[in-house]
Amino acid sequence: MKSGTDAGWSPYVAGALSGGVSIFAAVTADKFLGASTTFVKTTGMIEQSFAPERVSTLAYFIKEVPKIDWQWMFVVGIFFGSLIAALTSRSFQWKAVPDMWGERFGTSVPKRALIAFLGGVIAIFGARLADGCPSGHGLSGSLQLAVSGLIALVCFFIGGMMMTRILYGGGGRR
Amino acid sequence: MNILLNGLITGIMFGFLLQKGRVLRYDKQLGALRLIDMTIVKFMLSSIFVSMVGVYMLKDLGLVNLQVKATIIGAQVLGGLIFGIGWALLGYCPGTQMGALGEGRWDAVWGILGMLTGAAIFAEVYPVLQTTVLTWGVFGKVTVPQALGINHWPVIIVFVIGGLLLFRWLELKKL
Repeated sequence: MKSGTDAGWSPYVAGALSGGVSIFAAVTADKFLGASTTFVKTTGMIEQSFAPERVSTLAYFIKEVPKIDWQWMFVVGIFFGSLIAALTSRSFQWKAVPDMWGERFGTSVPKRALIAFLGGVIAIFGARLADGCPSGHGLSGSLQLAVSGLIALVCFFIGGMMMTRILYGGGGRR
Repeated sequence: MNILLNGLITGIMFGFLLQKGRVLRYDKQLGALRLIDMTIVKFMLSSIFVSMVGVYMLKDLGLVNLQVKATIIGAQVLGGLIFGIGWALLGYCPGTQMGALGEGRWDAVWGILGMLTGAAIFAEVYPVLQTTVLTWGVFGKVTVPQALGINHWPVIIVFVIGGLLLFRWLELKKL
């Protein structure tokens, strides 16, 4: 599984440092990391451009006002941070279909696109229902010992493992 | 510092570390769900333990405020399971797909488009959810130490020791 040339940093070290990033955000911005609300706000901004009346009547867009905020910039920053890390370590790789997916389901791009799109629709629905994703609940909720965060984190993995079993079958260990 | 600039800088640092930890990739995310490669679990738990100790120390000093999300059992259980199903299909989560795109895994674009679509659907059905799932098992903004009625440090120590034992086990099993 492990390729020696593309090992990156130890996940313990990178993870611990990212814990430092959580602390930095809490101290300097009074914010905790999260990502999923950004997709609601972006959708709201897109909808506002062609149906502003509709957006102004939807309760969820009144709760989550469609505008660019700290978290929106944070999510954009993730893209650039990863881009910088990938380019400076020559691990940037233009890839349409992940290796593991390709081995199991073939290298058809439309097939991967359809399932990934559907996965995105389902995942964000679940995240907004739970009021957080692996960042907002998984990291930020758990680090605060929030009951909500810990329940959500466990359920993310249970749901994920159930679906993975359907996709890849049992006995995945190689 | 400007709040938007702060968000961007925080995101860049976080994205950089996600890429260095190799946790952005579909193979790593599905590897964890298939219990064959626990890289993302190591990353997440390391992040949680460091920030847990740091944030609670600073909270005791009055330098940070906790922002605990309300516990609604129906929402977190049902929403969590639904998220998990979507996550296994996509192989990225809302934050990591942005980073995956940053290192060239452009199938993340389909996930981003799916999430924008899913968010629109969620906004449409939100009124129905407000009167159903979001009323099932409402406990408010509660933490584990509050629920147990004890100080947070014993809980933190138990979590960290449990985590270190898990790490040791994962390394022994070469996961």
